[in-house]
Parts: sequence; structure tokens; C-alpha cells
Amino acid sequence: MHRILFRWLLGAVPVVFAVTVLTFVLTSLVPGDPGRTILGANASPAQVRALDAQLGLDHPLPVRYWDWLASALHGDLGDSVTSGVPVSDQLTSRLGVTLSLIGGAVLVAAVAGVALGVLSALKGGLLGRVVDGISLVGLAVPNFWFGLLLMSAFAVRLPVFPVSGYVPLTDSPTQWFESLVLPVLTLGVPATAPVAKQTRDGVLDQLGRDYVRVLRARGVPERSVVLRHVLRNAAAPIVTVLGVVVVTLFGGTVLAETLFVLPGLGGLAVTAAQTQDIPMVQGVALVFTVTVTLINLLIEVVYTMLDPKVRT
Amino acid sequence: MKTPTARRTASGTARTHPRRDSARRGFVARLLRKPTAAGSAGYLLLVVLVTVPAGPLAPYSPDGQDLTAALQGPSGAHWLGTGELGRDVLSRLLHGGQVTLLGVVITLAAYLLLGVPAGMVAGYRGGFFDRLVLRTADLVSAVPVIIVLLVVLSVFTGDESAAMAANGLLGAPLLARVVRSATLGVKEELYVRAAVAGGIRDRVIIRRHVLPRVTGVVLVQASVYGAYAVLLETGLGFLGLGTTEASWGSMIAEASKNIGTDPWLLVPSGFMITSFVLALGLLSDGLRDTLAERYAAPARKPPSRRRGGGLRGAASQPVRGQVPGTAGVFEEPDTEALLSVRGLTVSLPIEGTPTDVIRDVSFDLRAGEVLGIVGETGCGKTITATSLLGMLPADGRIASGSVLFEGADLAGADAATLRRVRGRRIGWISQDPVSGLDPSFTAGAQVAEVVRLHTGCTRKEARQRALELFAKVRLPDPARIAVSYPHQLSGGMAQRVGIAAALAGEPALVIADEPTTALDVTVQAEILDLLRELRSAGTSVVLITHDWGVLADLCDRAVVMYAGEVVEEAEVTDLVTAPAHPYTAGLLRSDPHHAVPGEPLPAVEGAVPPPPQWPVGCHFQNRCPRVSEACRAKPVVISQLAELERSTRCIRPLELIGGPAHD
Repeated sequence: MHRILFRWLLGAVPVVFAVTVLTFVLTSLVPGDPGRTILGANASPAQVRALDAQLGLDHPLPVRYWDWLASALHGDLGDSVTSGVPVSDQLTSRLGVTLSLIGGAVLVAAVAGVALGVLSALKGGLLGRVVDGISLVGLAVPNFWFGLLLMSAFAVRLPVFPVSGYVPLTDSPTQWFESLVLPVLTLGVPATAPVAKQTRDGVLDQLGRDYVRVLRARGVPERSVVLRHVLRNAAAPIVTVLGVVVVTLFGGTVLAETLFVLPGLGGLAVTAAQTQDIPMVQGVALVFTVTVTLINLLIEVVYTMLDPKVRT
Repeated sequence: MKTPTARRTASGTARTHPRRDSARRGFVARLLRKPTAAGSAGYLLLVVLVTVPAGPLAPYSPDGQDLTAALQGPSGAHWLGTGELGRDVLSRLLHGGQVTLLGVVITLAAYLLLGVPAGMVAGYRGGFFDRLVLRTADLVSAVPVIIVLLVVLSVFTGDESAAMAANGLLGAPLLARVVRSATLGVKEELYVRAAVAGGIRDRVIIRRHVLPRVTGVVLVQASVYGAYAVLLETGLGFLGLGTTEASWGSMIAEASKNIGTDPWLLVPSGFMITSFVLALGLLSDGLRDTLAERYAAPARKPPSRRRGGGLRGAASQPVRGQVPGTAGVFEEPDTEALLSVRGLTVSLPIEGTPTDVIRDVSFDLRAGEVLGIVGETGCGKTITATSLLGMLPADGRIASGSVLFEGADLAGADAATLRRVRGRRIGWISQDPVSGLDPSFTAGAQVAEVVRLHTGCTRKEARQRALELFAKVRLPDPARIAVSYPHQLSGGMAQRVGIAAALAGEPALVIADEPTTALDVTVQAEILDLLRELRSAGTSVVLITHDWGVLADLCDRAVVMYAGEVVEEAEVTDLVTAPAHPYTAGLLRSDPHHAVPGEPLPAVEGAVPPPPQWPVGCHFQNRCPRVSEACRAKPVVISQLAELERSTRCIRPLELIGGPAHD
């Protein structure tokens, strides 16, 4: 376990460092003067200089990065340029929305993907081709368009779910659930495809192994052969695929949260980019990157627990 | 004077690479022979051909307004209907394609220009640069791409080209990683090593030899990444972060605003994006398949398939019609026997044609006896053994015959009956002990599972019983073995665990499929000792082997199989001292145990024919030193030798019964 943690830190720290440096360097390229942008055209040069100094913009780039990093480590990511609210407050209040969206989508992708994959491996033939077809189309359909189709069908044509908006879990669990159904399906259904494909390939591969024949020869019922033994051995690569799915889902939240007007991190990133709210963009990039590396750690731990060769 | 020289050089270079050129032409031709790949390539070309000249081609200006005709469905004037402000959807779709295509081109340019050279150099040179490329690829794969693009777009507001270029740069290390491993493969090939030894400069080698070979892999990756770029570009357009011009993504954003009033608007833009990405995906699949064929080509079409086609059609059909009945010695099942097999014929689809793989197999096994099944690889020994348990490969079936075991016919039994017999009445010991165990469970858990299954006891009792079984198969330190995983066991220990599992249901019969083949010689003897103990305890054994020593040591009777048929059946001592079938005699002569030092080991010439190529008459005719016309005329029936407890499938059995075994 210590080895995993050490290896993870070895990978995660450079990633976080690289992304923050990259965003910092990129944002320093913003044309124009931030002080001027904030204060408007009518401010005097002295006022602009004063604000620049207050923002620390008169220091060289490495010093500014170091200052930012030092405060970031203390939980201070600066204030939003547009609203003046501390960036970290905004991020924490919105993280929950994004995590429930991604959690739901991963659940859908895992459950539906594994079920479809196992079914198509066992039944083969037509169902196998259907899964193939769905995975191909699933990868080709833009998820924002798929979300619009869902919205058009289940919110406009049949008003079962709200078109947009978010209700916190603490306000009303049922409304919270309803407000998440369409966004979760928007992200989760297309993500089912790679999981189903990996499950089918993995199960088919395992079914051809010697131990399966031996288990059958010992009279172990087929249900137990598939669900207990085959699926268990096919699980590790499925978990890896799920990890990749989660990372792409983070990208997907940017679109899905904008589409369904959810107050999450993805939507925040878009508005911040549109309004050139640099501290906010940096903060979102940091949180996304840290979360992704944490998920990679989780995947690594689960993977290790699943594979006795790695564990023992 | 200059022209001829120039021409000579030109033709000279052309001649140095004729094979590569033809291979490349062949690659495109083979790719386009696949209907889906060709269709996808055609579709992509069509989209490019109509979007690039969108200006003159589109019926309206992309921003031309007609407020009287806003948000209308398809009509004669507007084939795909109109959007907000009455703008023509078809025209906007054509113009919008330019934006997306430009984005894809920018992404791919950055992706390829950085990724391909970096990958080739990393693979070819290795060292620090190689580690740098790999490390960067690891790093990039953990970065949420879209967030970086949002950062880029917040800096270069509305500059989609910058975002798409950044996207290409972020993908390049991943491409480099793939190109690198392809390069590593090429680097080891003889002609490249020869070029290196010949002192040709690295730059030239990379361009001349490595680049052509990695092109296929690069094309596959590029089409996948191109598809990804389309989705990303339209996503940015949808978010309104890209250009303000008409684009496929912004058209979907427009549709989303009018979703309540005009859902049709979703269709043209969504179809456009999906079909374009789908075509790229199908093209990359086609590229990948073509690439795989290129190196596997010789193996895919063995010459025998074509030559044997007519032969098989002529030979196998009539033979299947002339399956000899269970006439001869084996008329009725022996009800005294524990296991009595009669006329067992198993059929599998081979290249689509159902083909017999074992035919008319009959033998008996009395309680407490050990029966050996011998023969070369490919004679049907394992198929015979597995079909006793009703376990056939996919789509295989028992075409005829019976397997009478403890009074019930297993050949026609349903799944539930078979499951009650498997493990509980008949135990199975597999050939490869380690791969016969589930790698994810401890040895103890696997044996306990079988114990519980067959006795219905509690988990605790099952664990206890597993330990007893481990002690019974003489595993040292049963408690430690019980918590070990298969990869922690040696072959011999794994085989003991396998035997313990086979004994868990206290079966009356154990089938062992070459139980010692995969083991060291010293371990072999110990496993054979265990089987001998089983026999002393009254358990019957069917032992598949190709080792005459094992056979003579352990078995009471033996069945010799050749090309799917039983060719001889006798007591082991009779069989070994006086074989009646020429195949048995040949096998015995080639037994390494009887090798004379300094002399070549006599082998039976030729190879076992695969089932589709079984001849009409005796299956052994083409390898038999005593073959006659009669042997080729019609199938040979197995028949009892006069007054002896043995039978053979030969019209001219060796007249050596009771005499010396060698000519």
C-alpha cells in the first residue's frame, strides 16, 4: 500500500505542478492590462498601477507563481475578478454538484456496461453485434447533442424531468434526483459503450481459459462460473477502463452542466473562460487536476486489490 | 547528356523500392476492398468536397436572413429548413463544415508534426529523449484536456485555432508513445540492422525505413484523434467559446435555444457531426484491420485450404454417409461396466462445415480399473475425454453413440443431470495444473467451493475438509497452501491442489488428461504415485497419456486412438508385447524409452490428418507400411481378434499376436 501511495505521489505531483505552471504561464500571456480591464477605461494610470501592485502583477512571473502556489497550499486561490468572491468558496460550493453528476454517470456506465457486456459475451451473435454497434455510435454521438435529444424527449415532449436547473439534496431529495436524471444519462449512457466492450472482450477471453473448463468439469453451476469466477478475473481491465471514463467525464461535465444549467465546476469553468476570470480559471484547473489524480489513485488501489499477483 | 543520367537515377530509385511501393498500393487496395472502410472514406471525401467550395455551392449566404421564414421545417426552398432569423440550415451546415474541418486540420497538423518525429527518434535513439517522451505521455494522459483548452480560450478569446493547436499538442505525446513502440519493432529487423551496420546515417534510416513502416499505425491514430477533434471543436462551438461564424457546434447551440418550438433543428447538425465522426471511426477500424492483415497475410490463407477444398468435398461427405454402425465387437453397452462407451461420434463445425472429430469410439471401464487412452496429438483423446462429461467446444455436439455411466446415458443427458455427475461422480484432472486453477482465488477457497457444492456443508466445514484433502494428496503444510494463490504454487503443488479438488466430491471415476505432461520428471513420479493410490482405494481412472511408460506402469487396459478412431483396444501387457495394429506397433517403436543409443529413433512417417482430410478407408493408410488396395476401398470396422480379449481396426492385423513385436 505504501508503494502504491509513493508511486502515485511520484506521478501526481508533477502532473499538478505541470498543469498549474502551464495555466500560470498561459494566463500571463493575456493581452492588455488586468488592472485596466477591472477598473475600466476611465481609471487613471495611477489607479491601474496601484491595483496591479495589489494583485502582485508588478513582480516577475516565477515570483508570482511562487506566491500563488504558497497561498494555494493554504487554501487561498485569490478572488474572482468578476464577482470579487474568493475562488475557493466558489469551488467548494460547486464541487458537490459535479461530483454527484460524475458519480451518477459512472454508476450508470458501470452497471449498464458490465450487464450489457456479460450478456453479449454469453449470448453472442445478434446481441454482440448490437453492443458493437452501440459502442461505435456511442463514441460518435456528441454528448451535448445526446443530452438535447433526451431533453427534447423527456423534458419538453413528455415533461417527466425538469429541463434544467439543480435542487440541492438537502432541499429535496426527490427533486435533487429528478434534476440529475437527464444530465447523468447524458454523460452515463455514451460512457456505457467502452465499459460494455471491455467487459465483453474480457469475459470472452476468460471463458476460453483452462480454469473455466475445469470449473465446469467439477460441476460448478454456469451462473457461478460467470458471475463469481469469470467476472472476477475480467474485473481489473474493466476498472482501468472506468478510470479512463471518469477522466473523460470531467471533460463532459463542462458541456453537460452548461446544457442543463447546473451550478457545477464545469459550468463555472466555461463562464470563467468567457469572462476572462483568470484566478477562477486557475482554480478550476487545479481542482480538476487534483481530482483526476485522486481518481487515478483510487483506480490503482482497486486494481491492486483485484489482482492477487500484484497484491501478494 | 543530363537527361539520361537523371532518368537513370529516377528509375534506379524506383527499382530499389518496388516491393514497398507495391505493398503500399496493396494496402490502399485492400483497405478499399472492405465495404465499410471504402464507404466511410467515400463519405468523408464527399463531405470535404461539398464543404470546401461551400461559397459557390450553398444555395444561400450562411448569414442571409429571411424573417418571414424563421424556424421552418424542410421545404423546396430550404431543403433542410431554416433556423433563427430564417437562415438556411443547409447553407450554414456547408459553411460550418469549413470551421470544423479547419479545426481538425490544425489539430492533426500539430499532432502529427510533433508526435511522429518525437516517437521515431525516441524509439530509434532511446536514452534520455525516450524517457522524456514516455514521461510526458504519462503526464499528458492525466491532464483534463478540456480544462487546458478553456484556459487557452480565456487567454486567446474566441481564437479557436489556438485551442485546436493546443489540442493537437496535448495529444502528440500519446501519439509519440505509439510510434515509439512501432519503431522499436522495426529497429530490430534485419534490413534496418544491416543499414545501420552499413554506416547509413540515422536520419536517412529513419526517413527511408522507419517512417514507411510506422505510417499505418500513425494513420490509425490520426483518424481516431481526428474524430476526437471533431467532437471537441463542435463542443467548443456549442459552448460559444469558438468562432462566432456558423459552425456545426453553434448550430446545435441554436437548436438548443429553440428546442421547445423547433426540435427539427437538432437533426441536421447532429446527424452531420455523428455521421462524420462515425465515418472516421469506421475508417480507423478498417485501417487497423488492413494493417493486421498485412503482417498476418501468409497465415490467413494456407495453400492446403484451396487444394484441399475439392478433396474434402469429395472425401468427407461420402465418409460421413458411410459411418460404420456399431457392428463388430461392441454391440450392446456392457451393463456390468462402470463406464461403457458405444459408437461415440462428436461433430464440430470446421470452417463452417460440421465435421466428425471423433468417430465410433467404443470402450468399457470396469470399477476399480485404470484405462489408458494413447495416441499422438490430434487423434481425439481429449475430445473423447471431455465429451464423456458432456463438455464440448462451442457448437460441438454428440452426433451419435452412448456414454453409459452408472446406468445413465450421459450422451443424451440434460445440463442438470450432467452437473450432478460432474465433480460428484466423475472427477477431472487437467493437463496444465496452474492454468487449471482460477488465478483470483486461493487454493483453499477453490477446493472448499467444490466441497460445499457437492456436500452442502457449511463454509467452515468445507475449509476443514479442504485441508484434509490437501493432506491426502500429500501437500506439505496444507494450511499455508490453502491461503496461497495459484501463481505462488509450483506446477507439482498446483497439480496436487487440482487432484484434491477432483476428489472433493468423492467420485467413482477420475478422468486425468495428461496429468504429468507439464511437470518436471521428479514430480511426475509423485503424481503417478497419487493416481496409483486412488486406484488402490477403488476409484476408477481414465488416463490420457502419450507415455508408454506411464501406461504400462499404471493402466490395466488401453485404447489406442488414431485420427478420431479407436484402432486398438487390449490389456496393456498384450498391447505392449504384441501390438495388432500397425499404428500401435509404430508408436511403440518410436517410444524414446526403447531408444537404442547411437541409433536414430524410428518415427512413424508423416502426420495425423486433420478431420476434414480423413481418407475414405483406413485413416492410417497413408502412413502404414502394410497398406493395400483393400485398406483404401472402404471404412474399416473394429473387430475382435479370435478368442482374445482384444480388438483392432485393421483388415490385416499384424500376424504377430503371441510372436515378437518387431518385424
